[in-house]
This record gives sequence, C-alpha cells and structure tokens, in this order.
Amino acid sequence: MAGTLVSTKINGDQTEFVCQAGETLLEVLRNRLGLTGSKEGCGTGDCGACSVTLDGRLVCSCLVLGVEAQGRKVNTIEGLADGDALHPLQSNFIKHAALQCGICTPGFLIASKALLDRNPNPTDEEIRFALAGNLCRCTGYDKIVRAVKATAKDLRKR
Amino acid sequence: MANDTKFRNRQFKSVGTRPPRPDGLDKVTGQAKYGADTFAPGQLIGLVLRSPHAHAEIKRIDTSKAEKLNGVKAVITSKDLPDLTNGDRDLYDTLENCMARDRALYDGHAVAAVAAIDAPTARKALKLIRVTYKLLPHVTDVDEAMKPNAPLVQPRVYTRGVSPKPKSPSNVAKVSEFGHGDVEAGFKAADVVVEKSYKTEQAHQGYIEPHACLASVGPDGHGELWVTTQGHFIYRNTCAALLGMEVAKLKVTSSEIGGGFGGKTHVWMEPIALALSRKANRPVKLEMTRDEVFRSTGPTSSTSIDVKIGVKKNGKITAASAHLRYQGGAFPGNWALLGAMTAYACYDLKNVKTVGYDVLVNRPKVAAYRAPSAPMAAFAIESTINEVAAEIGMDPVDFRIKNAAKEGTKSSYGPTYGPIGIGPTLAAVKKHPHMRAKLGKNQGRGMACGFWFNFGGETCTDLNIGVDGTVTLTVGTIDVGGARASLSLIAAEELGIPYESVKCNITDTGSLGHNDMTDGSRGTFSSGMSTIFAARNAIEELCQRAADTWEIPVKDVVWDDGKATAKGKKHKKLKPLSLDELAGGSPNTGGPIAGHSQIVADGAGVSFASHICDIEVDPETSATKVVRYTVVQDAGKAIHPDYVEGQFQGGAAQGIGWALNEEYIYDDSGRLQNPGFLDYRVPVCSDLPFIDTQILEIPNPNHPYGIRGVGETSIVPPLAAIGNALSDVAGVRMTHVPMSPPRIRKAIKENQA
Amino acid sequence: MKYQTPSTTKEAAVLIKRERGKAFVLAGGTDLMVRMKIGLTEPDLVVDIKHIPAMQSIKKSATGFRIGAAVSAAEMGENAPLKKAWPGVVESANLIGSDQIQNRCTVAGNLCNASPAADAVPALIAAGAKANVVGPQRRRTVSVEKVITGPGTTSLAKGEVVEAITLPKRPPKSGDAYLRFIPRSEMDIAVVGVGVSLTLGNNSVIKSARVALGAVAPTPLLVSAAGKAIVGTKLDKAALNKLAEACSAACNPIDDKRGTVEFRTEVAGVLAQRAAKIAYKRAGGK
Repeated sequence: MAGTLVSTKINGDQTEFVCQAGETLLEVLRNRLGLTGSKEGCGTGDCGACSVTLDGRLVCSCLVLGVEAQGRKVNTIEGLADGDALHPLQSNFIKHAALQCGICTPGFLIASKALLDRNPNPTDEEIRFALAGNLCRCTGYDKIVRAVKATAKDLRKR
Repeated sequence: MANDTKFRNRQFKSVGTRPPRPDGLDKVTGQAKYGADTFAPGQLIGLVLRSPHAHAEIKRIDTSKAEKLNGVKAVITSKDLPDLTNGDRDLYDTLENCMARDRALYDGHAVAAVAAIDAPTARKALKLIRVTYKLLPHVTDVDEAMKPNAPLVQPRVYTRGVSPKPKSPSNVAKVSEFGHGDVEAGFKAADVVVEKSYKTEQAHQGYIEPHACLASVGPDGHGELWVTTQGHFIYRNTCAALLGMEVAKLKVTSSEIGGGFGGKTHVWMEPIALALSRKANRPVKLEMTRDEVFRSTGPTSSTSIDVKIGVKKNGKITAASAHLRYQGGAFPGNWALLGAMTAYACYDLKNVKTVGYDVLVNRPKVAAYRAPSAPMAAFAIESTINEVAAEIGMDPVDFRIKNAAKEGTKSSYGPTYGPIGIGPTLAAVKKHPHMRAKLGKNQGRGMACGFWFNFGGETCTDLNIGVDGTVTLTVGTIDVGGARASLSLIAAEELGIPYESVKCNITDTGSLGHNDMTDGSRGTFSSGMSTIFAARNAIEELCQRAADTWEIPVKDVVWDDGKATAKGKKHKKLKPLSLDELAGGSPNTGGPIAGHSQIVADGAGVSFASHICDIEVDPETSATKVVRYTVVQDAGKAIHPDYVEGQFQGGAAQGIGWALNEEYIYDDSGRLQNPGFLDYRVPVCSDLPFIDTQILEIPNPNHPYGIRGVGETSIVPPLAAIGNALSDVAGVRMTHVPMSPPRIRKAIKENQA
Repeated sequence: MKYQTPSTTKEAAVLIKRERGKAFVLAGGTDLMVRMKIGLTEPDLVVDIKHIPAMQSIKKSATGFRIGAAVSAAEMGENAPLKKAWPGVVESANLIGSDQIQNRCTVAGNLCNASPAADAVPALIAAGAKANVVGPQRRRTVSVEKVITGPGTTSLAKGEVVEAITLPKRPPKSGDAYLRFIPRSEMDIAVVGVGVSLTLGNNSVIKSARVALGAVAPTPLLVSAAGKAIVGTKLDKAALNKLAEACSAACNPIDDKRGTVEFRTEVAGVLAQRAAKIAYKRAGGK
C-alpha cells in the first residue's frame, strides 16, 4: 500500500516524511525520523514516556497517527533545549537528581513544561496530578516534583 | 596493601558530595541510547508468537505460509534452537523458557518467531503460523499446585531437599530449611503464641523500558548484540551457550537501561533474536510490547506463608517459625529458599526455624525483583510481630528493639553478624518526628523493618590515565541509577583529583574481563571496591614513575592529595609531582599509566531498614492513600547521598504499589487478565507523598569505605508498614496483599460482623 | 488501512456507510488507537472527524449547549460558561485519563466506545443530554441513555456519526456532580461512577432529579427510582438512605479485575449520596 506524504513542523523545523496510514506518530518519530528521545513504554497511553506536544497540547504520541501531524506543529524532547542552553527543567532535573534510569525523563520534561506553560505557580498537588500520566518506576516521584517546583520558582523569578 | 578490603575510617573529600551525574545531560536531552534506540542498515523486525494457553501440548507448528509471505526472511521454532545444554538443568530451563519445546507452560510462552522487513509484515506472518495445541489442565495458585492431584507442570522435576529421594515428579521443586535451636521447646516456654497465615499476589518489576535488542550474527559465527540488560557478560555467556557460539566471538554491548530491578538479569527473547539473525543472515531488531513484558518475562513469586511466634510476657521472643510457599512459575527456582533465609533476619532468636517450598505453576518463569522473596516474608513476619506486641501490650517499636539482631547475633539464616544497622534504624525511628506527628481524621500509622544481603561477585575494572591527567574509568557493571557518578567519586577520592577529571564508561564484553550483573545491590559495592583497587594499582605505578623521575627508591614516595611526594628530609628539595605532570611525562617514563583490578568482591555487608507509614482510609469506600512515609536505612557509607536517597524512595514506592494495588490477575483458564499499565496499577505521581529519608552510616567492616549495597532493602518493609498502618486505622489485620479497597472493605465488614 | 479527513459530517457518514470493510471514526484516538495496538481492532478505514467545522466548537444558545463531537475534554474544561452551567458534566469529562489523554479524548467518543464504565456518560445521562446523529440520508436526535446498548455496542447504525452532544437549557437553582471510585488517584477506569443532576424549587426542596450509574451494569444506567427518592426532599438522612438503596438495588455488576460485586454495589450507594450532596450545594441548596 502506498504511503502518505506528510508535511509538518518538528521542533520548529519544516519536515517531510512518508508513512503508512496505520503508523503512530511515535513510530514515525523514532523509526523514520531518528528522533528516539520519545520512548515506547506501553504503546497504549498509560505511561506517558512518548509524550510530545501537538500544536502546543500535551499528548501521547503513541495515540496519534503519523498522518495527523500534517500541517501541525510537533515538539519533542529533542527540541526542548535551545542549542546548548538547557531548559531550566532539564538542568533542575539533573541538579535535583530527578532521574535514575532516565527512560521516563523525556516524557516528564515535556509534561512538566506543558504544565508550567499553562500554570506558572502550581501547588504540589497540581504538579502531581498534572504528571499523573507519566509513570516513573525508579524515583518514587519525590525528586521529580521537587525539580518541577524549583523550576517554577526559577522561571517566575525571570 | 593495595587490595586490602578492610574498612578504614577517614575524612572524605569527594565521597559523600552531590555532584551532577555524567550521564545526566544525555538523559535530559533524549540523546541517551536505550535498548530500542539503535538501528542497523538492512535490519529486520523480529516478532514472537506466544501461547494463549496456560498449559498445552504443542502437537504441530506449521510455519509454511508464514515463510512464503513476501518480506519474511526467517521463521524459527524450537527446532532452530537445538539442545546444546549438555545436562545443565538451569541452562535447559532457560532454553525451554526462551521457546517452548513440546509444551506451552504459561499464557505468553514463546512458541515461534519471525523476522521480516517491517513490523506490519512480521505481524501478518505471525498470524499465518498455525499451531495445533492440545489443552492440558493447568494450575496457577501456589497452594493448589501443592495438592496431591494438581496438574503436573514439569514431569522432569523431582523434589530436592527431602529424604528419601522421591520416586515421582512433583510441583514442589525444592524444600529448604534454615534456623537453629529448638522451636518446639521455645513455643512450650512461651506465654503467648500467635499463629497467622498470609497470601501475597504476584507482582512485576514494572520497569518502564520493555526488553529490546538488536542482534547480528554472521555465517562465520561472530555476533554482536546490543541489548538493555543488567548483566551483559551474563547475557553473553547464556546466549553463546544456547546458540552454540564461542563466548569471545559474541560481543555484547549494553545500552542504557530503562529500569531492571532484577528483571533484566536473565535472557528472555535475546537468544530468539540471535537465532533469527543467524537464520536470516541480517540484523534483527526485537522489541517486546508491554503486554509481552507482563506475560512473558520474570515477575516475582506469589506466596502463601504461615507464621508462628512465641513470646514471653516480658517481650522476649522464645521461638519463631515460618512455612513459606513460593511459586517460581513453570521452572524451579530458589525463591522460597531466599524467603526462608530472610524472614527472621532482623531478629536475635534463640530458636528459629523456617521451611521454604519452591513450587511450580503455569505462570511465567519468576525472576528476581529487588530483594527477591524478602518483601513477602517480611509482610508475614512484620505483621505478626505487631500482633504479638499487641497481645502482650507492648509498643511495636520497643518490641522490635528488644528482639533486634546486633553484632554477634547468629542470624536465622546462618552467619554471625558484624556491626549492623537494625538497632540504629529502630532507635532512629523511635525518635523521628514522624512518630510524634499528629494523625488526621481516618488516618493510621504503622512501621516495619526489612533486611537484604548484598552480593559481591566477579568484578573487573580498568583505570587509564590520559596524557592530560584526566582519567578514564572502565567498568563492566551496568549503571541502573547513578553508579557512574558514585564510581567516579571513588576514583577521584583515591587519586586525590577532582570528580570532573574522571570519566566513567561501561564497556562492552569484548573490552573487559567478566563482570557479574548489577543485582544483589552489588553495583556500587563491587565496582566501587574494584575501582579502589584499580586506582591503588595505578597509584603504585604513578609512584614508580615519580621515583624513576627523581631517581630515588620507590619506598620513599607517597601519594597524597593527587600528588607524588618524596618523603624524608633528604628529599625535601624535591617538589611534589602532580598526577597531571606525571601523566604528561608518561610517554618518556614508560608509556601509558594504568591500573587494573579483577576481584571476586567479598565481604558484602547486610543492609537493614525501618520504615514509618501514615495512611488515610475512607471509612465508607476504603479508598486508601499514603499521606506520609519515612525511610530510615543503613547505607554503610553513602558515596553520593542524592542517589542513595533515590534508591530509598524508589524501593519504597514499589513496595507501596505492591502493598496497595499491584497484582497479577489470572482467569479460570489461566490467562493473565491485566498485562498492561491500565490494570496492573503501579503508583502514579498523585498517589504518593514526598518520601522522607534518613541515611544511617554504620560502616561495613569489609569494604575500604564501609559501603553497603543500598538498592534493595527499601522495598522490603512497605508491605507490612502499610498492613500495620491499616491495622491501626481500621482495626483489621490484613493478610492478603495487595490490600486493595475491596479486600479492605471485606475485612472491615467481616470484623464488624 | 485508509485514512480520510472529510470536511462535513455527511461526508464522514457516507464514507463509513460505503466502506465494505471495517470503518471507524477517529476523534481523539484514545480508545481506537489502544484497540489497534492490542490487536482488537484492525480498521480498513479510519475517518478523522477533527477537520469538520460542525464538530469543532462549543456553542451556547437559548436552548442550551452544543458540544461538537471533535471537542476535547480539555477544551470543555477551559470553557467557563459550560463549566458554570454543568460542573458535573465537565468534571466527569476531565476525569478521563491523564492530561495527555484529556487533550485528545472527546465525550462523544467516550459515549460511542460504549464502555459500561465510561466516565463522561453518567453525568450526561443525568443532565438529560442528547446526541445529534447524522447518517448518509438523515439526521436524528437520541437521548444519551439510549445510545449504549451493551459493552462495546451502540444503537447507531452503520454510517451514523455523532455530530454533537447537546445539553438542555439549565433552569436556575440547578446543580450537577459526578463522582467515581478508582483504586489509585488517577489513570484508572471507574469501578463505580455516579452522575447526579437536580433542580431546586422553593425552600431548597428538590423539584427534579436524575441519577445515573456507571460501571455497575452492562451499560450505564438511568436509575429513575434513585431520582424519585430525592425529589420533594431537602436531602435529609432518610432521603439519602433511600437514594443509596435505590442505587444499590439497580446495580447488576460483575466481579472483575477492577472490583467485586459487593464492593460496587455498596460503593454505588455511598457515591450517590456524596454526589447528590455536591449537586445540591451547587444548586444553592441549604
């Protein structure tokens, strides 16, 4: 079956790819575009390791078809840093030891940024519920929440 | 003495600080490469066909249609994995678990596999494979499997550890016994005896990264395997053995690992990927789906445990016993044995006896899960300890303090303890502010103790000093949570140089001698010890170079604070030579400067913990929430305190999930009902409070820095800590884990009746 | 698999009707994509409705609210007038999954997926919501409680597509609420779900009430006896007890991996009482 040509913007760059109608955006990112920062932890929207934003909205890329990216803007973990300048979330995750194995970290960073973009001063509870769609099995979430809190504070200072 | 393992107290400069980890940048930018993050030109996609039946004879597998499908390059069955195990029982079990031979033994057991040019073709091919099954009766419950008429899971397994040797096969694979003294006399001498039985359901390690590998085998018998694993050397040995390849010709490179917790210490589908690649003569990428991870890898045991404790009114335990029945899935294991070893390890007992039964059922092959077998035993024992304390009207912490093991105690599993942390953690809990905090409405508090041993094992480390004085530390133990940072700190400490000058790499199997896997909390302990010895080995060489440069005897040279110094009045004119200077001069003094160490790290220290937990229970629905949690654990020496805290918190979170919601649910036909994160309910961020930690440091006398492995113990106490908290708030003794709301509700109503 | 992006509802309906193989509507994809991943569904045609203007917005009018079928739960939660008029409907939609799911899932999709435990449905039933259904030939309107006929099945014919969900005009002194029981704090399928919508008359006496249950029967249920139990009362203890009894009596649940029969039956009554109290307070009841 012939594939579909999709024209989209990924991390600000105009991008084109060909994919089958049934491929997920996650499969396209990883297997066709080499953007392996988004991970498949479950493939069914339960773990958030594949989180990206689609036109600024946080979504699980495993539940979006690749063809749906047509004409839209996709942002992945690879686009979070600005060149070699880390986003404060990224530096705070390292500083606060908010990662151990790191497999869930890209998803958490994307989800945390989506939270702070819409709510610059979240309470602990708001942080926890906003990140409930991202599973971490290593940290118990403690240092992740602290890192997000610290970042919210840092960003408000600017 | 360079390889002296004895602990020596000292002021640390690098060890104990909290620098950023070296792999952090890659992990926060998505650059780090995990098992599924690599691609090979011409690669094929591998997929595995798995039995939907819990127990069935495989009468026939017809792969002809699949083989003819355009784009399919290889189809394999057990025929492509001939038995080369040469009588090695454990290896044969691994072979049979990788791919079923004549019988499917659990829902999810691999029966065939394909490699095709893309995933849709591979999926089509799987559908074209025709397997003819003859259903057999199955058994999934550990107690049911021990009954005389239970379906037999493995006709080749005869019970070990019983006398006389049995004549018929059994689902009881092994009976093991630990203890000392005379429990019968002890129970007779008791004022109060409490007996209770408990059940815990099966849980999975739940690592977020599914198993994945890229295998490439050439017709010349050389192969490469990129794989997410806790032990690439072990994987190499096993895969080579199963495929009839020579160990040195199979190079295994470990990717970054997205969680393991014991579940990535065994091969699962890696031999299949290699066999597919060999048959197709092309690289094969094989990724497990989440469904396959739950059905077809190695969860922990479900158990059934009977506990009996006798005590005098003054609080002294007179006797303690336990019968522990653990299922290991369809293959024999040592799970009940480990449970029987750890059950009473926290206590100083004159009379103790534990008997473990390792039982076979039609479930996946059990693998280690963070302090394997200890959490279930601890649930049973620590719950009963609270019951006993209540019977004699004693505070549960004081009761534990009165009976705690200490230096000189003969442990229930055999060895005599050196200096240990159980007493100190209990004392710390007793005075912790958490114990005095006021409880809110519908809230209760519980505490519990836990124990885990740490293993040592084969370890090999290279330390190479670059010509600019920066150091490359090459290790073979996988970094599961920050070890590269800790090992770099250790190297920096020994050499007296900044942490930033050390780069720690985990190398492939072609570049270093054998390293055992990262399990048994051995990573930082063993590679840490090996790093110290490799550094000391390098220091010997550095001192020799300085001596040569100065033309003085090497015995007059000492290494201190990153410099070689000539000691003694007669050498006082000689200025010290820094590591940088010696490195810079090395091409002229004898070439590259390096240190090496290969050891079997011994003297691992045991690690004890005590946890405090507050929970809130909705009185009408039994919805349960953990509102406060504190971990107090002995680390021996915390090399990087952030990562030690992280281990404490992570283990506690897993224990909490297991205590409240995580379980494998099988239906009547033996099929797993919840092989996904929707209904296998691990804690989400909003389920947990901040987890407070207190690191105690009672140095391990058998490690130069006093390090004890810390990664595992913290999963041991939570089940009972929560059970004891539930007892406090709801007045019911929960005996079935997970203590989910329907079970709590039922227990409360039965109590009211 | 074919993928189409029609720009009118009728086009979508015709595409689906004409498809010889298996055709599915794609809104948020949070059910369809999961079914595809686990192999339960292998569509021959997927019709993406997110490009259809008639489905893209929330409109308030004199006759009530019209929520286009492609509107996400997150967008519903960001619509202040909708939240004000129907806090129960909106909170139920906002309970479906994580933030990632919220930005994609739709209440129309939640309804048409027809899970007995669908979170958005009990509050919609209690609200008296209707579905605007468009087929290749005709349009019709159907009460939401008549859409789901069994687990995974609806009363929609092949080629019929839900274009919008409508909520009736809200009388003053009205309130609604949705509560569910889940074992964790998030991310779970409801073990029990209760939606209550009520309107007060004079003196804070309940003039009309509708109560619907989810996850306790093969389909979500409108429980008339439960609504009747609280009409004419100020939610005193006796009324609340009658409410709980009526709900428990209406339950016909199963034992499954999420809950037991006895647990669901009991908790249905408990949650009905709590939801009724919240709705009462929102309506201004004292």
